Amino acid sequence: MDNILKVENLQVSFNTYAGEVKAVRGVDFELRRGETLAFVGESGCGKTVTAKALMRLLQPPFAEIKPQSKIAFNDEDVLSMGKKRLRQYRGDDVSMIFQDPMTSLNPTMTCGRQIMETLILHKGITKAQAREEAIKTLELVKIPDPEKRIDAYPHQLSGGMRQRVMIAIALACSPQILIADEPTTALDVTIQAQILDLLQELQDRLETSIILVTHDLGVVANFADRIQVMYAGQVIERGTVEEIFHQARHPYTWALLSSVPKPGRETKKELYSLMGTPPDLILPLTSCPFAPRCEFCMNICKERMPKETTLSDEHRVSCWLQHPMAPKVETFYERQA
Amino acid sequence: MTKLLEVKNLSKHFSVGKNRTLKAVQDISFSIDRGETLGLVGESGCGKTTCGRTVLKLYEPTSGQILFKGQDISALTGRDLMSFKKSAQIIFQDPYSSLDPRMTIGEIVAEGIGVHFKYSEREKQAKVLEILAKVGLRDEYASRFAHELSGGQRQRVGIARALAVDPEFIVCDEPISALDVSIQAQIVNLLIKLQREQNLTYLFISHDLSMVRHISDRVGIMYLGSLVEVGTSDQIFSHALHPYTKALISAIPVADPDFEGRDSRIKLEGEVPSPMNPPSGCKFRTRCSYASDICSKEMPILEEIEPGRSVSCHHWRDIAQS
Repeated sequence: MDNILKVENLQVSFNTYAGEVKAVRGVDFELRRGETLAFVGESGCGKTVTAKALMRLLQPPFAEIKPQSKIAFNDEDVLSMGKKRLRQYRGDDVSMIFQDPMTSLNPTMTCGRQIMETLILHKGITKAQAREEAIKTLELVKIPDPEKRIDAYPHQLSGGMRQRVMIAIALACSPQILIADEPTTALDVTIQAQILDLLQELQDRLETSIILVTHDLGVVANFADRIQVMYAGQVIERGTVEEIFHQARHPYTWALLSSVPKPGRETKKELYSLMGTPPDLILPLTSCPFAPRCEFCMNICKERMPKETTLSDEHRVSCWLQHPMAPKVETFYERQA
Repeated sequence: MTKLLEVKNLSKHFSVGKNRTLKAVQDISFSIDRGETLGLVGESGCGKTTCGRTVLKLYEPTSGQILFKGQDISALTGRDLMSFKKSAQIIFQDPYSSLDPRMTIGEIVAEGIGVHFKYSEREKQAKVLEILAKVGLRDEYASRFAHELSGGQRQRVGIARALAVDPEFIVCDEPISALDVSIQAQIVNLLIKLQREQNLTYLFISHDLSMVRHISDRVGIMYLGSLVEVGTSDQIFSHALHPYTKALISAIPVADPDFEGRDSRIKLEGEVPSPMNPPSGCKFRTRCSYASDICSKEMPILEEIEPGRSVSCHHWRDIAQS
């Protein structure tokens, strides 16, 4: 499969009164055509910032993408795109679904106008044509009665319907990459299932690549092809869905896997909970960022940053436990058994 | 076991504009034993929160009876009402907006103590620190403000505030839905620990089914203001009878890529109808695959099919056999 997006050494900082917050610290990855790549991690680990950087949605001077960073879309440098090309790139090539369908639509515009706006700007078609296209897009995302709903304002729709409108806007110009930032977090389970099915179906039909940002491992297991686990602005483990769920090697990934209550396990028993909080991203990182919360922490973990170890074609992990000299520890899977 | 709370045919309607009423909770009955956790589950807008607030007398019920320790709470006044309010507390959903930003954590926790106990200032401070320690917050947090704390710590303060007046019954209204997964586990563990230590009774309202399963002894499923099924955690999650419960459970995303039940998932079409204008007969019939003639004509009643297990569906017998 060919790469559609390649990111190298992405570094993003926010300039605040307290100092420079290094939100993303050297992230590399590539996205292939037609696949779903999931970013997983706790809040504040840099998932959304990475996603926004791909769209160049971070506002300078508050946010700064460091000069060493490289983002290439089909071998084209995204970070050096001019204003005009960038406008095309956002929408035509890559588009984004935001987390909260309740606040990310414009309440003073009808849903139809919000979809048509994109179409008119990007395709240069007339209003009447755009309206027809918009109705087709609403049909595509399975909104019943699209001819009527096109004139509805966001407040007249339910959460699930609004999220469908968001997806319709994102897909209006059939982009090659869709970035879905927690697309179902604000929705009920039954509606969540509907939206995920819809995304899957659209992906199969349109061959879109999807970047799914989420903290819900259940959603990831259903939906993603590959996963990258993020912590403190870095990718600490990556691999295929099977590798991450069945052969994870990083203690943080284990912690994430253990904090999901398993069906069938004894109720009211203590759930595994990860103590402490992620590190303050203002501070420089010289050692493993997870060391203070890691139960297997060794001396070297507090001194030096681990290198990424390659375990298979896809599976890579940054942890000192992979070092040949490291002691054997009881893994999450052995503990479960 | 003794029944701590008993709710009989409770309804709560809100009037919205001219001659229009929103029937948020309609004719629901349930009871909770002392030391037990009843989970209340349903999609947003199904009346879970209204139900939780009505049993605490934060809303006046439109009709029906709420018995707390055998006493009808609607008749309570004066000292009895105060004593009820001391015994029944609530933990709110959003730890960000439910703490007063101008009060220190110590003041927030002390407020209820000041109302319900005749303590000297020193006793009050000692009690505050004792409660904070119980929820895992160090002494120094008493002088901090809410904005200095993380989401998980704020929710601990919410719990401390409820615990401060030594309640017997706590309504937990989506206490974990605003938190990160790893923090959710901490809060749930804390709630379970406190329940064990103090024999607390919980009404645990949530839409997160896997957490409800974990924490609850019994579970009630709500749809559009009505209770459609009640049973033990095990009965509900392993042998659901109501088609809505079945659909809800099969929609839980399972964190296992090899999970085999995925293809046999029950898919619910459409959305919850508006509670302003619910369907006739059984409210779920518009999305139900078992719906037949009788469902549109007659509203099913919540029938007790064995002690502690009720379901409200015309077709539950067919479903149980299949």
